Amino acid sequence: MASRLKGKFAIVGVGETKLGKLPDWTTLGLHLDAIKRAVEDAGLKIQDVDGLVTNQPLEDTHRSYAVRVAHAAGINPTYATDLALGGATPCAMVQHAVMAIDAGLCKTVVCVHARKQATRHQTPTRGQPLRDGEEDFEEPFGLYGAVVNHAMAARRHMFEYGTKSEDLAEIAVATRGHACLNPAATMRKPITVADHQGSRWIVEPLRLLDCCLVSDGGGAVVVTSAARAKDLRRPAVYVLGFGQHHPHFSLLEARSLTTLGGKVSAERAFKMAGLRPSDMHFAEIYDCFTITTLITLEDYGFCKKGEGKDWVKNGRIALGGELPVNTHGGLLSQAHIEGMLHVTEAVRQLRWDDVEPERQAKECRYGVVSGHGAALSMHATLVLGREPA
Amino acid sequence: MSEVVIDLPVLDPDSKPFWESCRRHEMALQRCAACGQFRFPPRVTCPHCLSEEYTWTPVRGRGTVYTFVTFHHVYHKAWADKAPYNVSMIELEEGPRLWSNVVGIAPEEVTVGMPVEIFYEDVTDEVALPKFRPAGR
Repeated sequence: MASRLKGKFAIVGVGETKLGKLPDWTTLGLHLDAIKRAVEDAGLKIQDVDGLVTNQPLEDTHRSYAVRVAHAAGINPTYATDLALGGATPCAMVQHAVMAIDAGLCKTVVCVHARKQATRHQTPTRGQPLRDGEEDFEEPFGLYGAVVNHAMAARRHMFEYGTKSEDLAEIAVATRGHACLNPAATMRKPITVADHQGSRWIVEPLRLLDCCLVSDGGGAVVVTSAARAKDLRRPAVYVLGFGQHHPHFSLLEARSLTTLGGKVSAERAFKMAGLRPSDMHFAEIYDCFTITTLITLEDYGFCKKGEGKDWVKNGRIALGGELPVNTHGGLLSQAHIEGMLHVTEAVRQLRWDDVEPERQAKECRYGVVSGHGAALSMHATLVLGREPA
Repeated sequence: MSEVVIDLPVLDPDSKPFWESCRRHEMALQRCAACGQFRFPPRVTCPHCLSEEYTWTPVRGRGTVYTFVTFHHVYHKAWADKAPYNVSMIELEEGPRLWSNVVGIAPEEVTVGMPVEIFYEDVTDEVALPKFRPAGR
């Protein structure tokens, strides 16, 4: 049975900043620019916004950041919070916005996520980078970075299901194909499976072309009630279902390295929406690494566990295929704003008139967005639709 | 031992007994006095039953490789001359998993499920790192 919240809230504005290497921008500047673009896209004034959810910038830390950003933007919020769920943050932000509006705390919420990763050493920062707290058991053994946790999961997936590096290449190639159609994408030169196989190991079994970009930039969405959405400038995109699951923190304590938080998160989101995976017309699936997308597609029930390696082949996940995945080029080839652009892209796809015609998932009515964070620890899901039911 | 440039652990009240046991070359982990389960990383409450009662209990130092990677990219200069090097998730017989390096074998010869046994690498007067090598070699 669908939830009472299904279709009662909508995303009515989206915006993205410039993407790539932006040494002339501060973290705060990127947040403000993203807010401006999303609010103007919605046809609202900043005074119409009374709620704000921000990410917690990892490399440029600030206390009470959401309130700082709110007042810098000119928002006088009756609800404001930072969210820190890594790449699951953007999908979770929309959930917080819905819950806050439903609770009567506010009426119109901007969710904004921006980061300075690519040029972080070229811009002054005043705090210490945030740490996970597990590093004392990692760094003495030479374990550093985000690739390693995903490489550990990839190795385990290879062991349990026979997945190969060449299979992961299919995801990198399809995603790049979409980026080639997106003028906002950073990487716009087509690649082949052979290119992937020829790229160097970073942390084996993951190669350079299994890894996402490192980017500066930001994105924002405006969330309000479906009733208010009807009067606004752009077609509303409705929130039909959502879920989260955070099944471990340290990978050492993960119950599984090959079934992650996406399984429970998606089950909850699809149940809330009263829809099934097969009802989706596209999927924006978090792709910090190719293995993340493979595991998430399996966890979401698009195919059985272990069958992803064959399922992603033969154009199935490309535009024009059965389930176009990461129609913007994803973190792998568009830019890495921790999944905020997966949300804005899903909204633009469902508007039908907002992306290049060759990049449009034809007549799409339902799409699913995944977010995934940290050591494969955190997951959030959104099911969005063109209609409220 | 003054040449050490790798990042060393910061000992805090939760982790100090673990690192001290490694320094003595007899690794001990917290074992819950209420439910009997071992846990790692260290913390004051049991994640299975929330009991605060536990004992630091020596482990046998035997386990298997649950999963592993080979670092080719160098993230920290102390590891530059070691790359490509192995980092493994070791599942101890007692249950908990920990990060370590399987050494004494080429990285490409490490396999999932490989039985391994512990040894200790003294790196400073205060810190010895638990490392692993293939069992029975």
